[in-house]
Amino acid sequence: MTARDEPQTPALTARGLGFRVGGAQILADVDLEVPAGHCLGVIGPNGAGKSTLLNLLSGILRPSAGTIELAGRDVTALGAVARARLGVGRTFQTSSLFPTLSVLENARLAAEARHGTVRGFWHRPRASDEATRVASEALAAVGLGPLAARPAGALSHGDKRKLELAILIASDARTLLLDEPMAGVNTENVEPLTDLIGGLARQGRTVVLIEHHMSVVVGLAETIAVLDSGRLLAHGTPDEVIANDEVQRAYLGQAL
Amino acid sequence: MTIFLSLTFAGLALGAVYFLAASGLSLIYGLMDILNFAHGMFMTLGAYAGWDLATHLPASTPSAVTFALEVLAAVAGGALAALLTEVVFIRPLYGKPLSQVLVTIGLDLAVVALLLGGFGANSLSLPVPLWFLEATHVGSVLLPNADFVALVGGVVVLVALEWFLRRTRFGIVIRAGVENREMVSALGVDVGRAFTLVFVIGGAMAGLAGLLYTAVFTGDLLSPLQGDGLLIFAFIVVVIGGLGSIRGSAVAAVVVGLLQDYANYYGGQHAGFSEIGNLSTVLLLALVLEIRPRGLFGRAT
Repeated sequence: MTARDEPQTPALTARGLGFRVGGAQILADVDLEVPAGHCLGVIGPNGAGKSTLLNLLSGILRPSAGTIELAGRDVTALGAVARARLGVGRTFQTSSLFPTLSVLENARLAAEARHGTVRGFWHRPRASDEATRVASEALAAVGLGPLAARPAGALSHGDKRKLELAILIASDARTLLLDEPMAGVNTENVEPLTDLIGGLARQGRTVVLIEHHMSVVVGLAETIAVLDSGRLLAHGTPDEVIANDEVQRAYLGQAL
Repeated sequence: MTIFLSLTFAGLALGAVYFLAASGLSLIYGLMDILNFAHGMFMTLGAYAGWDLATHLPASTPSAVTFALEVLAAVAGGALAALLTEVVFIRPLYGKPLSQVLVTIGLDLAVVALLLGGFGANSLSLPVPLWFLEATHVGSVLLPNADFVALVGGVVVLVALEWFLRRTRFGIVIRAGVENREMVSALGVDVGRAFTLVFVIGGAMAGLAGLLYTAVFTGDLLSPLQGDGLLIFAFIVVVIGGLGSIRGSAVAAVVVGLLQDYANYYGGQHAGFSEIGNLSTVLLLALVLEIRPRGLFGRAT
């Protein structure tokens, strides 16, 4: 449809985004653009406002300044449920799962929510229905098919993170906000999970990724945003960000 | 031995009523973080709804039919009271948990006062079948029929609730909301509807609890204060069982019911102390809080 060199509407845009609680400015003047299919890595020290940024983008928090657009549509006034229905999916730093539900039920809930079919509330979900099919495919895509009947809470850390991705796949979210997807994951699982996330982006999904593993961020992200004390310190390609003087000063010798 | 078996049976029946009262409370807290003090009012209104319906039936109505209709009226009355409470008072206060708790306390006080003013403290009698007052021989033990009714009510609701929560789509949404409400919203599910439904289910069970309590344990006398009396034990059961856990509520309800009956009988007999059942329950609560602060089935979060 659009010519290759024509500038496309970014999948996600934040303009002058700010958030304050009482007198405390948690986030201020954040401008970001993420083109469709790109991955934006968000890094910064603890308390820099990374999770707040994600909460603003997903609609859990309302900004005290600025606007948020999804594919050109202003969604600043919409809440989390409405944004989810517009294709925003997210994970949480702590847990995005339902521990006593089975692995399949976790993914199916996402599929049903997305397709607006928590209709037929009273009906027993049948193995043959559409949501179950979507959920099973999502589990297969992350390699959790054989564990479908297990309670989600019984999975290993790495498998829990995979299930979170399966939930996002089943929900058909096009914009993924991932809050530390590698937290608590064994070293040997980091690479397969990184590949999974990369695969999601290559399929055209837009990803915003908070992550402490710099190798993961550098491997996945087209651009990196550095937050420090609620402000956007730098935003550019991984090379630009790493070479940035201010970033170097803020991290003061920490290995980037 | 005979006495022990009778006590056990009576304790199980009491536990069944505690379960009916506690499970809705537990679901509401688990999903919405609301300590619902209006739950006592749902129970009381359930019992009064049953009584009110019975007074409008022709005298020729068979007593079993009357009781069945009383049960329906109690369930409907509790559910309706809960629906109105949620829609009119709780919903406008989302995001203000303290206000929500306070409004439920205020409602409860107001309704108790209205019932006291309208009907008096202890003057109404709920019509129940004569069969309730008789007893059935099971082996060598004579078991009161009314206890069977309470027990059957509790078991039927437990099975139905477990089925609903595990096998239906909406039940799964409710369980998911209890476990991780933020994520349910993030998936695009409007949990507001789940809030209302959980209130209605909890109110229906509370209404049934109020009616069965009157029919089985109070000598058929209605009191505007009975719901609040039950509510204290329902809260204890919820905390012992673990907030948000239906199975926890069921197990804790049986434990508390049995403990109260054993302690009241043996303790009363040997120590001559009539409130020993209540005291034991509070001691059990303290013990559980000391050892497992999240309750028997509570999850670490």
